[in-house]
Amino acid sequence: MNRIKKILGYVWMLLAPAIICFLMYEAYVKIGNAKPAEKANTILQWVIILVIFMPISIGFFIFGKYAAANEYAHLPETSDELND
Amino acid sequence: MITGKTIAMNAEKKQSSIAFVIGASSVGTLIEWYDFYIFGMLATILSKQFFPAEAGTAALLSTLAIFAAGFIVRPFGALVFGRLGDLIGRKHTFLLTLVIMGGSTFAIGLVPSYNTIGWAAPIIVLILRLLQGLALGGEYGGAATYVAEHAPAGQRGFWTSWIQTTATLGLFLALGVIILIRSNQGVEKFSAEWGGWRYPFWISILLVGVSVLIRMRMSESPMFSKLKSEGKTSVNPLKESFGHKGNFKMVLLALFGAVMGQGVVWYTGQFYAQSFIETVCKIDFIQSRNIMLVAILMATPCFVLFGWLSDKVGRKWIMLLGMLLAILTYRPIYKEFISITAANNRTQIVDYRLTKAGPLMPLVDAKDKHKMYIRQVIDTVYLDGSHFKYTTTDTLIGYNELGVNRPINLINPTLIKYKSPKPNVVIEKTMGKSATWDMIWLIFIQIVYVTMVYGPIAAFLVEMFPTKIRYTSMSLPYHIGNGVFGGLVPFLGTLIVEFTKTSTNPGGDVLAGLWYPIGVASVCLMIGAIYLTNKLDKNVMD
Repeated sequence: MNRIKKILGYVWMLLAPAIICFLMYEAYVKIGNAKPAEKANTILQWVIILVIFMPISIGFFIFGKYAAANEYAHLPETSDELND
Repeated sequence: MITGKTIAMNAEKKQSSIAFVIGASSVGTLIEWYDFYIFGMLATILSKQFFPAEAGTAALLSTLAIFAAGFIVRPFGALVFGRLGDLIGRKHTFLLTLVIMGGSTFAIGLVPSYNTIGWAAPIIVLILRLLQGLALGGEYGGAATYVAEHAPAGQRGFWTSWIQTTATLGLFLALGVIILIRSNQGVEKFSAEWGGWRYPFWISILLVGVSVLIRMRMSESPMFSKLKSEGKTSVNPLKESFGHKGNFKMVLLALFGAVMGQGVVWYTGQFYAQSFIETVCKIDFIQSRNIMLVAILMATPCFVLFGWLSDKVGRKWIMLLGMLLAILTYRPIYKEFISITAANNRTQIVDYRLTKAGPLMPLVDAKDKHKMYIRQVIDTVYLDGSHFKYTTTDTLIGYNELGVNRPINLINPTLIKYKSPKPNVVIEKTMGKSATWDMIWLIFIQIVYVTMVYGPIAAFLVEMFPTKIRYTSMSLPYHIGNGVFGGLVPFLGTLIVEFTKTSTNPGGDVLAGLWYPIGVASVCLMIGAIYLTNKLDKNVMD
């Protein structure tokens, strides 16, 4: 199980930047294709999406990094274990 | 000497004190949810009040974006008030959040419309909505922590599940108040600039007043009081929560392995479902809300059931099973919604349908006298009691002013410069008894999924983090999962459907919006199944 956790950690690390790239590409395409009347709204919508999901994707990358380093092999059972 | 009678009396006293803690915490949290949800429930009307009339779908999307903004700031509220709660105590912090929430909700009901103050209207509403989000971000973690810290070991899932019912009951209350006012006032009065849609916002101040009085009588959490008396409270909860790797990795695990999936399941079952049956299936305003009300009422006891069950079998697998069922059945359920409400699928009754076309009703535009609308209402009544109302509107533009309203046959065709190639059709469906119950069951199933993922989650989060930084640590993942991942379900779902619209398929793929919750829940399910433990933490005093 720990091996799967570790391997999947690398998957999450790859998935995080892939999500950012996908969102940026979609934003570029959708804003480019928007009709002039809808331009401002489309930009607003994509700014909201990017601003929200970029930090979350960074968090996801860090989660993957911890998983790849086998940090989740053992989950803490007391509060003392959390304060390392 | 301690007798059996004394022990029994102490147990009874303890039980009634927990009941008071639950009741007092729950009433306040319920009201905060009510305040937060009336905005979403009234999104269609708010978009007309606070944005230019010609903005159409863009106005609705912008209103949904403001609605979503309230969710997005929830994690910031979690940080601000979570920190405060870990520093000065749970009780005073969630008293403060209640007052902020009540004040901003009441104020939304006082903002003049776009027609009166222009762009200032949506800007003020946005600011007030952000305050609502901040307050809610601080409220829930406090209430859940407070109740969990009072609950006896081994019953934490059961007692905190009562707090979990408040989000759904807040939605229930919001729906009920809106239906009551709209039924009494009628559509016109309810939707007017200073009409009945404002009353649910104003009512909030009364509810909050009552709740503040109740909460003033509550005492501080015993665990926090103990830490405080021993001088062991956190000096910097933010640093301890997110600066220490040991705790931060648990915050990330809670978010990606449990709460983000729970958030999307919650908002799909209780928000996207309502929006879908109203905007895609075209179910009448009142009936769509009645369907939600009945389904919510039927499913709410399951919160307590799954909370109780999680004390026996662990939290993890109940939550993950809820996610799995949601992933597997969302698309079939929503397909069934379309099938139940489709006119062309009603083969067993279509031969008996009765169609009545009303008279053509010409109406000159109030602002532009060159423009005239020809409106006709066609009523189709089916044998199963379903009633579909089609309102078709043709637009005519004259070379000169078209004058006063008059019968269509008296308008000289040579005076018409333009006629819309296709009439605009608005459909409103009121379903018969059997179809209504089919829809109630489909919503009920989705809310049962909600109760599976949401019932045990407060206990699950409380057990993950230590007392001195619990408020801060559990609030952040909870509000990112629910506020951001969940809160964006209606907005992103609507947006994804918009993306599928093409010139050959102008309606787009109406089920495409479901890929967002399905995708998020799938990743969360996988992470939860592999990384989370099902072990219960008996000691949350540490």
